Amino acid sequence: MRIRILNIAAAIAIATVSGQAMAGKADDTLNVAFEEEVSTLDGYKEISRSGLILARMLYDNLLMKDIKTGEFLPALAESYKIVDEKTLDFVIRKGVKFHDGKELTADDVEYTLNQVSKKEYNTRYQITVSWIDVVEKTGPYSVRIRMKAVYPLALEMLAGPLPIYPKHHLEAVGSSGMSAKPIGTGPYRLVESTTGTRFVLERFDEHYAGSPKGRPAIKRLVAKVLPEANVQYAELMNGQLDWIWRVPHDASRRLASRPNLTVKAAPILRFAFMGMNPNFSGGKSPIADAKVRQAINHAVNKDSIITALVGGASESIAAACHPIAFACSKDVVKYAYDPKKAKDLLAEAGYPNGFPLELLTATTFPRSQVEAIAANLNAVGIKTSINEQQSAVMRTNYIEGKAPTYLSSWGAYGIADAGLGTSPFFGGAGDDVVKDPQVVADLKIADTTLDRDVRKKHYEAAQKRVAEQAYWLPLWAFSVNTAQANNLSLDVDPDEFVPFYKAAWK
Amino acid sequence: MYRYILRRSVSGLLLILAVSLATFFLMFAGGDPATRMAGESGSVADIIRIREAYGFDRPIILQYLSWLGGFLTGDLGRSLYFDLPVSSILVERMFTTMRLGACAILLAVAIGVPLGVAAGCHPNTKIDRFALLFAVVGQAMPTFWFALLLVIAFSVTFPILPSSGLDSWKHYIMPMVVLSYFAAPAIMRLTRSGMIGVLDTDYIRTARAMGIVPRKVLMKYALRNALIPVVSLAAAQFGYMLAGSVVVESVFAIHGAGRLAWESILRSDLPVIQALVLCFSLFYIVLTFLADVVNAWLDPRMRIS
Repeated sequence: MRIRILNIAAAIAIATVSGQAMAGKADDTLNVAFEEEVSTLDGYKEISRSGLILARMLYDNLLMKDIKTGEFLPALAESYKIVDEKTLDFVIRKGVKFHDGKELTADDVEYTLNQVSKKEYNTRYQITVSWIDVVEKTGPYSVRIRMKAVYPLALEMLAGPLPIYPKHHLEAVGSSGMSAKPIGTGPYRLVESTTGTRFVLERFDEHYAGSPKGRPAIKRLVAKVLPEANVQYAELMNGQLDWIWRVPHDASRRLASRPNLTVKAAPILRFAFMGMNPNFSGGKSPIADAKVRQAINHAVNKDSIITALVGGASESIAAACHPIAFACSKDVVKYAYDPKKAKDLLAEAGYPNGFPLELLTATTFPRSQVEAIAANLNAVGIKTSINEQQSAVMRTNYIEGKAPTYLSSWGAYGIADAGLGTSPFFGGAGDDVVKDPQVVADLKIADTTLDRDVRKKHYEAAQKRVAEQAYWLPLWAFSVNTAQANNLSLDVDPDEFVPFYKAAWK
Repeated sequence: MYRYILRRSVSGLLLILAVSLATFFLMFAGGDPATRMAGESGSVADIIRIREAYGFDRPIILQYLSWLGGFLTGDLGRSLYFDLPVSSILVERMFTTMRLGACAILLAVAIGVPLGVAAGCHPNTKIDRFALLFAVVGQAMPTFWFALLLVIAFSVTFPILPSSGLDSWKHYIMPMVVLSYFAAPAIMRLTRSGMIGVLDTDYIRTARAMGIVPRKVLMKYALRNALIPVVSLAAAQFGYMLAGSVVVESVFAIHGAGRLAWESILRSDLPVIQALVLCFSLFYIVLTFLADVVNAWLDPRMRIS
């Protein structure tokens, strides 16, 4: 009797497992999970990566950046012309349909961009729209964008965080209406959703021909929010999910041992660094001395931490930017791991026995990596005390000069340009605690010209100075681990966006 | 009796006010809400703009009073994160949590009371020891760990139950078991000690001596009296379940009020946090108030004291 019951249980289990394992491919539905709740599907208001990724399925931009070549491909705009340093002309593609069947015209582009650049619209990241002065319709299928000042990242923004909405819909329902019932021109359209947590998208069969996103191979995309990582692993293992991401190093090794799963590591634009404030405590702390900051750079064994704890496709970095970003210098001073030299430098600076150091870090930064860095600093005599805080609190405290150092990471809005890597931290504005006049001057020139050669020259000069003065301890460029069903072909782009429209069953 | 109810109502209201005031100040102590809302990529200019747009630059006390004014006129405000009216989010999420909590407390009572009766009737036997072991394990085991064990057992090894959401009755099983195992031990223990105490009283001895059938003695005379404190405990346990629901809802990806509270704290979504704190404390206060009233009704000595 007992054997029979066990047999029945096993049969049920096997039937359920095999049934679920085929679920994705069998009904042409890609089941994915994110850990963050989606606040809105209005791409201009969203901050969660999950929401921004979904927004790219629903909406299109005037241009699209080819992440491999750095080239701007025509998308909703058939072509563009740089009229002068502050004026851009676009020719809008004809025959593009919104999800509700209406055709895209210059009116939609003009209205969307003018609307979102207004202060009242409350676009979450003002940097993405604040450069727009006015957008004018110059014909039924052409627009002119005028900038307030020379802004070298205009095309990057138009190809990234600035989707085009249908005027008639946005005008009628506003931002929250766009979130509840998003209508775009994207390769997928929303068919069902539960606030913030579950989204069912279906291929939009009338997605325009010639779109750089292409026609999706998979019919349905179901994205749900699963905050508990172990539940994500469980559902992936039994076939209820086909794809998850941001899998930590240790878990990725365990998942890789499963026969039905593939684990991949994709390099992304996010990098880690330790910021040092030479002006802390009125410039009277040990950190004020460049030798001490250089000692810190020599003290941390980045390569061994990467191998043991960061994993994936991560690599150490030397400059204050992501190595693949435009104008990120390869020619800056590099500080090799050399604890003896670190101690010598500390002695030269007058701290032969080290000193106590407070290191702020955010709860989101992997604790094991923080501990490893602190252990390296302790080994050369810098008695490091870790102060872990909520990231917003940490950032405020550091900017307000309440701590000498902090450990953080930066994704540069997913845009591979030193203008968004180096400038936010050293350009003299809010987040810059160093305010080195030479660096600020270089970045100002680089940030306000369209001339790529001039930009490159000045960004690199600024990064060189930052490295020489060791204002940062640049750590490593992250990679993101994904775990997915063996029969799924899908790769994460380096800008930390997931092109589900390129996914296909094997 | 009426004076007692009035006194308890006033103190309950004052308590709610104190809790909401404390939460409001604690939220600000936990960092600048504007910085949190701006997110990691938000520039300092973004932070300043948010601070102005949402009125975070006003003195905290003014912000509290304007919130209180809104609340008294029935306006709970808009969620800063979802940009939706708080009331619409709250109704949806609260309903989920309450439904799950009610199922779980029923299960906890269904397990705890019979087990407590069995243990109380047979102290120091195998049944009693089993019941005590059940209680100790239940009280000692962290909820999230138990939840994950269930997921491994019934979603991975023998995938017969779904591990996330609340779409069908199957989805309720694991979260319900976890939540009820959180509440059942206390109910079991109290029933057990109540039964042991009652069974030793003179009136039970008399009932037995009169030749009333043992089952009737147990169910009609002993259990009724032993259950009086259990009723108020179950009410309190239902309140505790709201706290337990934060963990359970996170593990099983249930989009209820518990998880909403946790996520809103991380995102500094003040209007939602305030509304949730208010609902939770109101709920808890009403439950304990009802339990007190029932007790006072049952036991006149309490009314006088």
